[in-house]
Amino acid sequence: MKKYQFDLIVDSCRNVSVDTFLLKLTCPEGLPEVNPGQFAEFMVEGSAKTFLRRPISIHDTDMVRNTVSFLIRKVGAGTEQLSKLKPGDSVNVLLPLGNGFDCTSLRSRYPLLAGGGVGVAPLYLLGKYFASHGISPTFLFGGRTVSNLLRLEDFEKLGKVYATTDDGSFGERGVVTDHHVLQNENFDVIYACGPTPMLKAVAGYALRNGVACQVSLEHMMACGIGACLCCVEKTRKGNLCVCKDGPVFSIEELLWQI
Amino acid sequence: MADLKTTIGGLVMSNPVMTASGTFGYGVEYADFMDISRLGAVIVKGTTNKAREGNPYPRMAETPSGMLNAVGLQNKGVDYFVEHIYPMVHTLGCQTIVNVSGSSIDDYMETASALNRLEGIPAIELNISCPNVKEGGMAFGVKAESVFAVVSAVRKVYLKTLIVKLSPNVTDITEMARAAESAGADAVSLINTLLGMAIDAESRKPLLSTVTGGLSGPAVKPVALRMVWQTYKAVRIPVIGIGGICSASDAIEFMLAGASAIEIGTANFIDPSVSVKVIDGISAYLDRHGYSSVKQIIGALEC
Repeated sequence: MKKYQFDLIVDSCRNVSVDTFLLKLTCPEGLPEVNPGQFAEFMVEGSAKTFLRRPISIHDTDMVRNTVSFLIRKVGAGTEQLSKLKPGDSVNVLLPLGNGFDCTSLRSRYPLLAGGGVGVAPLYLLGKYFASHGISPTFLFGGRTVSNLLRLEDFEKLGKVYATTDDGSFGERGVVTDHHVLQNENFDVIYACGPTPMLKAVAGYALRNGVACQVSLEHMMACGIGACLCCVEKTRKGNLCVCKDGPVFSIEELLWQI
Repeated sequence: MADLKTTIGGLVMSNPVMTASGTFGYGVEYADFMDISRLGAVIVKGTTNKAREGNPYPRMAETPSGMLNAVGLQNKGVDYFVEHIYPMVHTLGCQTIVNVSGSSIDDYMETASALNRLEGIPAIELNISCPNVKEGGMAFGVKAESVFAVVSAVRKVYLKTLIVKLSPNVTDITEMARAAESAGADAVSLINTLLGMAIDAESRKPLLSTVTGGLSGPAVKPVALRMVWQTYKAVRIPVIGIGGICSASDAIEFMLAGASAIEIGTANFIDPSVSVKVIDGISAYLDRHGYSSVKQIIGALEC
């Protein structure tokens, strides 16, 4: 897929939780096709502590209005600076990067989309893909507490949403792999994005139950296009770049001890 | 419009702007963002005689105005390059220079002689300055005798333009440059990364799997500029300037300090089309100052 460098215009930037915001950008040149699970690299202006671009999952697209949205958690100086963008501001972005989730060749009829914390971000576009193909996806989200569960009402428009929280403030108490829905339902593919311990737990469940599973990894990156070889993950094919060969991998490609 | 044509030994380039090894893949990675045929040359990733896995993740840490890397020369080896990558880069319409690394003099010679047979590769850059591999690499670049030994050995088997990339992690870089020159190098390029380190205070752990790594980006530019200026005065062969170049003005400063050409590295990660902006900016500068050729600004520093 061709990659682009665009100056995108901020349409809106609003908080969705105490530490997370939704950034919607307009692409005046026309938004290119994006696969669910692909990401963008943001140039961060005006932050002395931020030198490199910031890789951020694509959350949603609107091909008619030429807008692309990002659900971003403020984790450091770069994302903090991006949260201050105002409508009309310009931001330099490379996109679409990476491979994205495999939603065609796996032919899933009963997919589970599992997300931890802000890891739900790319699952929205993936859920939209399934919904638009007549398949109702099931979402299973985990968070430390209720305020870590993001945009639940919007996900509910696409499919059934289940949740767990560590403190029991919403949904079932525990982690996503403890949820009863995994005992009661037979999903044919699991797509997951979130912190590594959560991904490994989900991958372990998938392996034990013989379910295909794709995970989206988050590694520190520089270039975002497979040139610098900084963001590697050890796989059966050797060190692969998360930015170019990922961020989505099938669990059997990985060398995880699960 | 001023003439941007640049010559390094037998290597003739349309302009003095190259992309630095390890920051531009094989060129093709950047083809969506810019017309790579406009570059003076693309210097491809460090290539060794045998495939190398590189160092474990994490290999990168962001630092003020720069970054540390500890990639460790991950590459598929020279045979893979010759069979699979060369036929592809050959069609991209830009000159390709291969960066060559190794753990022993025999390694360097083996890789260099394999590349000498490739008609479409007009030059190699000998990397005797990689700080991220356990044996070889930088070890060859920090003593004048070993610089001389490896460069003269490679000179015997490599007949085209031989550029030697120097390490800044030395007391006096001009000694290394002179050793490379007397061993038959056609040019020296400098600087490779500065050995550095980053720590996460909260976890009390290093940020790189290898603890130390190579610092690059605008943070190193003043050091690089000084070393280029010193080296320019110490040798007769062309000097290629590298170190934190992000703009045409940065590139021009290196040329004023004595660089015949420049390499853009880390800046490619921030702006993948930066190198064409630098080419256009150099051209505009020359016109604005009434120069007819880019050669006129080489070493034109007034002091």
